[in-house]
Amino acid sequence: MHLLNLILQTSSFGVFTSSRLFFPLRLPATFSFALQIFPSRSTISFSHYNIHKTMASGLVTKRAKYKTTIKDPGTPGHLRMTLEKILFMPHNPKSAGKLDVEFRYIKGQKHTKEGSNKPPWLNLTNNQNGSFIFEFENYSDLQDCRDFVGKVLAKSGEVSEKPTVAYPDEQLSAAEMELRIKLLQEDSELQKLHKQFVLSGVLTEAEFWATRKKLLDREASKKMKQRLGFKSAMVSDIKPSTDGRTNKVTFNLTPEIILQIFAEKPAVHRAFLSYVPNKMSERNFWTKYFRAEYLHSTKNSIAAAAEAAEDEELAVFLKQDDILASEARKKIRRVDPTLDMEADEGDDYTHLPDHGIFRDGNKEMTESQNELYKRTLSQDINRHAAVVLEGRAVDAEFEDTKAVAEALAQSKRESSNKGESDGDTSRERLDRLSRMTEIEDLQGSNNLPLAPLCIKDPRDYFDSQQANALRTSGDALGGTEQIKCSLSILEVYSSLRESISSIKAMGWKEPIVKPEAAHQVFDALTNSISNTKHNIGKNPQESVLDRLPRKTKEELLHIWTSILELLKHFWASYPITTSYLYAKVNRLKDAMSNIYPQLEEIKGSVPSEFRHQVSLLVRPMHQALDAAIQHYEASMQKRSTQSGEKPNGYV
Amino acid sequence: MASAPSKLYADDVNLVVVLLDTNPFFWSSSSLSFSQSLSHVLAFFNAILTLNQLNQVVVIATGYNSCDYIFDSASDLNRSYENGRMPVMSSSLLQKLEEFLIKDEQLSKEEPDGRIKSSLFSGSLSMALCHIQRVFRSGALHPHPRILCLQGSPDGPEQYVAIMNAIFSAQRSEVPIDSCYIGAQNSAFLQQASYITGGVHHKPQNLDGLFQYLMTIFATDLHSRSFIHLPKPVGVDFRASCFCHKNTIDMGYICCVCLSIFCKQHKKCSTCGGCAGQKKRGQMCDCRLEILHLSP
Repeated sequence: MHLLNLILQTSSFGVFTSSRLFFPLRLPATFSFALQIFPSRSTISFSHYNIHKTMASGLVTKRAKYKTTIKDPGTPGHLRMTLEKILFMPHNPKSAGKLDVEFRYIKGQKHTKEGSNKPPWLNLTNNQNGSFIFEFENYSDLQDCRDFVGKVLAKSGEVSEKPTVAYPDEQLSAAEMELRIKLLQEDSELQKLHKQFVLSGVLTEAEFWATRKKLLDREASKKMKQRLGFKSAMVSDIKPSTDGRTNKVTFNLTPEIILQIFAEKPAVHRAFLSYVPNKMSERNFWTKYFRAEYLHSTKNSIAAAAEAAEDEELAVFLKQDDILASEARKKIRRVDPTLDMEADEGDDYTHLPDHGIFRDGNKEMTESQNELYKRTLSQDINRHAAVVLEGRAVDAEFEDTKAVAEALAQSKRESSNKGESDGDTSRERLDRLSRMTEIEDLQGSNNLPLAPLCIKDPRDYFDSQQANALRTSGDALGGTEQIKCSLSILEVYSSLRESISSIKAMGWKEPIVKPEAAHQVFDALTNSISNTKHNIGKNPQESVLDRLPRKTKEELLHIWTSILELLKHFWASYPITTSYLYAKVNRLKDAMSNIYPQLEEIKGSVPSEFRHQVSLLVRPMHQALDAAIQHYEASMQKRSTQSGEKPNGYV
Repeated sequence: MASAPSKLYADDVNLVVVLLDTNPFFWSSSSLSFSQSLSHVLAFFNAILTLNQLNQVVVIATGYNSCDYIFDSASDLNRSYENGRMPVMSSSLLQKLEEFLIKDEQLSKEEPDGRIKSSLFSGSLSMALCHIQRVFRSGALHPHPRILCLQGSPDGPEQYVAIMNAIFSAQRSEVPIDSCYIGAQNSAFLQQASYITGGVHHKPQNLDGLFQYLMTIFATDLHSRSFIHLPKPVGVDFRASCFCHKNTIDMGYICCVCLSIFCKQHKKCSTCGGCAGQKKRGQMCDCRLEILHLSP
């Protein structure tokens, strides 16, 4: 009877086509699963896999023949390439073909094409235009070596962008270097500045990046990627591949899938840790697991019970997951009554089939041993959803199942250690309860000692300074001569009042403004307005820069940012206390003096109608540089006079 | 800075608060006599009032020792000063101005030492802003106000902080400050005020045609400024005064907490009492500030 059931249900499992139904008797016996477990990085071609493996290990070893020229028959031996160098050892230790070349000297590579009739040759050219020719046994070897060399050369190309000077006082981590390189690659302006100053030695790396800490921090925080969560598709939907001829069903398990299985079914995880490799091999384990899955999917609890009775390990997979049940109970206990007053012990139903609701409406639990082996779709879906929402507990990529299982177990242990012991949780809950149940109105008032408000009286600020200002404000503005007024208070006020009375008496001057004066004023104003309009443009918001040719504008802006950078470091170095600062200031001053000719060049290259505006734009740059250089010279002067005064050569 | 956006001003009604400089020391040594300038200015006020019947003019006198409201075209008290020779409003203004000068003289304390001091520009600017706030809160429909400063006295560096505060609050309330400087040197404060608030600054070359300058440039209402070109200054003088001595400085030290400017390095910032951050509380950073002359 149950065999028939089995037959009918196989089609729903989707493994066999209808032709298989003609071999009914053999079905249960010939069920066999072939498992293939791929490493996580498996991709399309085997050679790719090889390269990943070799790049990861940084080593390629191949049999090859080394030829110095094309005509040379070649010395057979082993070619060994690491990330640093190429090593060729001939089979015959007495022959002279040994080669040991560092990758730094390799400039490029050439190779023979696969389709042509030529043998597989790889030609590496070095800096001095010499070449090393290697003949391989087949084209796939050639391919591997070629890829490896290509990758190393690409890497070394990148490396040369990093600063080559070693800074003894800076210990940089690789992550820090990566951040900096990334920033430089993203922002071309920054890269130009960096190239201009750091690589030419005016500023050191440390100084350059010292002012840009905020940028680096922002990059670093961006780097913390979000963890990829689990896929929403359910694991139990993994369709195995079938092999019609041999009645084999093949499941492909990657560590990703295994991680998900372990996360969703903690009982399976526990079983794996305890059974493998002691009691059964991994292959057996998964075979049993998938058998159990198949049995579940047939929804035949009687068959399941029968098989479970035979095989105790299988029974583990078929029973309800007791770990889940206990976790659900613990969660209920941890619910904060201030948040959810209705939660109680009856709420742990998520691990029960059908959430404890019986379809036929009968409230009694039919105690049949078969009930134990039932599992409903809603349970599976809910459990899967819960796991996906919880997120990924372990983040790394794994090579094999054992590592996955152990990592997951480790993370579980950590999280349970982090969760406090029962005593602590209950104490914390009591604390929180007592805080939430307080009613503020009924409390007594707590008079905290208040700090007295202290606002500085702004009047001192303005008034007391007046005396100072009156004393000192002489030629505060521009140094042009001050108009003196030598009259007394009485005189000035009376003269003012006289003017008023004279107006009152005589009325306004007729005419208020002479026509010639008005005409002149009007002309001058309109001329100046139209001139500025002509020079600057109709749109008052438009800036002069936009009207310049693009190249000039970019150069000007770049010079301005480099001037700002230099000035920032220059002014920050004063007062000069150490010799390091002294050297730095000298370097900066030289760099600043180099900017003057650049500005002159730009001014010269601009067409004549823009020359005036460009010189206006360039003026503040000149002023800034002049001020800095003046300060430098003044301080040099002071230093030299000071050092001149010290008689014993004391510096 | 861009001039005030025109979409705020859909109408060409003016509400002008005029700050008239009545520093007697300046006027007694100016090439333009006070009575001449008064006639230009009074005619200008009348012209504004005739441009649109909803226009309003409020005049505040910037005296040497005090400031006061002299004239409000919207008030009804103007009738009492009849004088056949000039419009009623002008005569009432003159009357009030005279009274103000008498009061101002009485407040004088010390004898001048020969240099022309600054008038209380910061005080009158603050009074203007208060009046404008009152207008804002009056609830009645009002045109958007602007401030016009007719200044001749030199800048008082001791008023730097107060003036900058007033300028920033004007900027915040979107009140443009126009300025017409009729003195001898340049006024950095007025340039900065107009630049920051989006107003127009001009220093007339020919003071005989002051009326023409006023009518061409400063009579333009805010709505028309979107299509009427006004003269743009070549550059703005952004020099600040130091907070300790009130000297105008180009390069100085700045407190990194409250941004107060000092000419010498101090241990403790006198405004905010400290320098939070990496240094110990109460120490000032060695940050330096250089104020450049910038062109717009």
